[in-house]
Amino acid sequence: MNAPLSRRAILQGGGALVIGFLMPMGIGRLAAQAPAANGPPPVDPNAFIRIAPDSTVTVLVKHIEFGQGPFTGLATLVADEMDADWAQMRAEHAPGDQKVYANLFMGMQGTGGSTAMANSYLQMRKAGALARWMLVQAAAKSWGVKPEQITIKAGVISGPGGKQGKFGEFIETARTLTPPQDVPLKDAGKFEFIGKDRSVGRVDSLDKTTGKADFSIDQWTPGTLTVVVAHSPRFGGAVASFDASKALAVSGVVAVKQIPSGVAVFATGTWPAIKGRKALTIKWDDSKAEARGTAQMAQAYLAKAKEPGIQAKATGDIEKALATPGATLVEADYVFPYLAHAPMEPLGGYIEWDGKTALARFGSQFPSFDQPAIAGVLGIPPEQVKVEPVLAGGSFGRRATGDAHLAVELAECVKAIGPGKKVRLTWTREDDIHGGYYRPLMVHRMRGAVKDGKIIAWSDTIVGQSFAVGGPMEKMMIRNGVDATMVEGSSEPPYKLPAFRCAATIEQSPVTTLWWRSVGHTHTGYAVETFVDRLLEAAGKDPVAGRLELMTDQPRAAAVLKAVAELAKWGEPVPAGRGRGVAVVESFNSFVAEIAEVSIGEDGEPKVHKVWAAVDCGIAVNPDIVRAQVEGGIGYAVGHILYGEVPLEAGKPTVSNFNNYRSLRIMEMPEVEVTILPSSAPPTGIGEPGVPPCGPAIANALARLGRERPTILPMVKSA
Amino acid sequence: MIFTLKVNGLDRQVDVDEDTPLLWVLRDDLELTGTKFGCGVAMCGACTVHVNDQPMRSCALPVSAVQGDITTIEAVAGPEAKAVQAAWVAHDVPQCGYCQSGQIMTAVALLREQPKPSDRDIDLAMNGNICRCATYLRIRSAIHDAAKSLEKGA
Repeated sequence: MNAPLSRRAILQGGGALVIGFLMPMGIGRLAAQAPAANGPPPVDPNAFIRIAPDSTVTVLVKHIEFGQGPFTGLATLVADEMDADWAQMRAEHAPGDQKVYANLFMGMQGTGGSTAMANSYLQMRKAGALARWMLVQAAAKSWGVKPEQITIKAGVISGPGGKQGKFGEFIETARTLTPPQDVPLKDAGKFEFIGKDRSVGRVDSLDKTTGKADFSIDQWTPGTLTVVVAHSPRFGGAVASFDASKALAVSGVVAVKQIPSGVAVFATGTWPAIKGRKALTIKWDDSKAEARGTAQMAQAYLAKAKEPGIQAKATGDIEKALATPGATLVEADYVFPYLAHAPMEPLGGYIEWDGKTALARFGSQFPSFDQPAIAGVLGIPPEQVKVEPVLAGGSFGRRATGDAHLAVELAECVKAIGPGKKVRLTWTREDDIHGGYYRPLMVHRMRGAVKDGKIIAWSDTIVGQSFAVGGPMEKMMIRNGVDATMVEGSSEPPYKLPAFRCAATIEQSPVTTLWWRSVGHTHTGYAVETFVDRLLEAAGKDPVAGRLELMTDQPRAAAVLKAVAELAKWGEPVPAGRGRGVAVVESFNSFVAEIAEVSIGEDGEPKVHKVWAAVDCGIAVNPDIVRAQVEGGIGYAVGHILYGEVPLEAGKPTVSNFNNYRSLRIMEMPEVEVTILPSSAPPTGIGEPGVPPCGPAIANALARLGRERPTILPMVKSA
Repeated sequence: MIFTLKVNGLDRQVDVDEDTPLLWVLRDDLELTGTKFGCGVAMCGACTVHVNDQPMRSCALPVSAVQGDITTIEAVAGPEAKAVQAAWVAHDVPQCGYCQSGQIMTAVALLREQPKPSDRDIDLAMNGNICRCATYLRIRSAIHDAAKSLEKGA
């Protein structure tokens, strides 16, 4: 059912309406760039583009769309190479099929690490160029002219003697052609859409404005049961016993079953399922559960941070440098809280299982993990499981799980109710906020020394959980005992430091943790950029000029820093009562510098008025999406730096919904001005890189207002 | 219990418990899935619909308490709705898009009350609608643009 697609299968299986393109060579070369060199060869990817008789061009997008823009971005690449008209472009999710749709940077089908555009840039342009080649050949054949006499502009194919036609008219002829192994790509100087600001609008805006866009929660078919699951209130807890009699008495509740992740309530609709769950009586076995509170955990981590830890990187003799006579020693202990991603759409999905095959439709961010996970639970071969990713209402990392826990729960639910059933699983917001997979609680112990106006020593010891441990990416992420995602940004700050040491210690807890928009940079960016600001202050240096002096071998970081200083007119007077702070962070191979203008509100909370951002993400394929991601990234950062925290007391989260897991609202959103640096370098990440510099820029602005740079986050503690 | 509701101009009958929030009646029983579930406690606005043209959080409104005509994103109409939706597309407001039905329903209600809102008016009206993608700046600009286009059209 999920066999590799052959060109023939595409042409026939798609009926008379579609056309596929074979392009093994181009892809083979691209695959060489993938780090997983021995991964499955991305063969036969002829299902990237479909041309319909009405000339619409549908791009099958291998990355899940949850707001960051791959639908529009990948369609842009194809449209430009095909010389299509933007109005004829469509996008939809490619199905789960790793052989065809692997992320070339991961060697598996998945979205993450802000790689969608970076890994698709050449692949999708190549697909578009081959599609164009076939249309040209087909038109030439139909008209009895030479291919060189054919031109295409805005979706119109033209030949000698005023001949004109649209794409759809030539698909029957194109179908009979054998495409070449390689065709040249368009010269960058001839781009119509790529890098051209506002040359295209998002392909998904209209459906997302009229209520037509379907998400995970909207997936069901007639007869589908709705299921909600009661999870352990403590992380690592398990069901000891339960009484379902009251739940079963709720009208609409069909069944109650124990599954490995808790107790599942099956009902004819969402409300009866929720009511049924409330009526359950469950005894939990907490013998293996986390019993600590976050205050205790932070204290223990800080104590641990006084030990050397495992060295990630070092230069010079750090202890000697820190003890330099006459130097000013600066120390700071940072505590970063657990954070929930809280995507607007809570987790959920649809699955049907007939005993032999299964079909799952949900916001699958890692189809390569979700498909075998479902198969494993149901005891069927992975190829008998079809995963169809659908639009997801945000993720911020939440839907990319190594353990595929959502897919597993979905499968356990349908397994519990038996073959021949269809279920849709819905998590409530409380399930989401209590559900773990948090940005890990992290501490940094920073020590630095300044002498004669120079930073002479820098030590950063990090302690926290690693979500790589025990997961399928452990080998890739943990090297020599150091989790790369824990120290990224800290182990290689962009500054020249004569004595430097970065070390880390991995702690364990049953509390599940996960990457959270910008991963390690969520804490390392803050620690590094507030600490360098403090040291520069101690050295009597300007925050911008002082950083630039230390960025001798960081031209791109220095360039965005200069650009943001210029954009915000750094150094000129600011309105009374306001202060400005700056920060610059490289993440996901992109460089972002931000300046925040902040005051203290009447309520004593920091008020962020404006954030200026300068971005170098290589070629900005869709400049307006780049801007949107930076705007949104800044909003995401402001909300969490100011308010975000999932505290635990005796192992239980003390927040549960947006009433106490406070989210940024429109009133708190700062004005944002973004400048994108021109570049001819290949595209790099943009979904995440807008986040990391914002928090430290706010903290550094507070320092200009006579406040301390907060070291314990969030900045605003809830009452 | 059987309830008769007027939804998007049509009389619809549903058989649900009286405490069932309107949200689940719309989504599960009437299959109007444009209205979204975000929090269940009227804290995020994703479920906003109009009841007698007033924006209401359908997740916290029991079906038994509904009095009046219900309008959802599928059928919101009139010059304000048209202007708001056009501005939303022109500004490419949505990212993930999940909250946008609710944002739009609130924005349309605002413009009906206040055809020329200030930034402050917009912030006050929209503050109950969370967007985790933080598309707030574009929401604000789009509402201003919609107001301008309504003024021109009037």
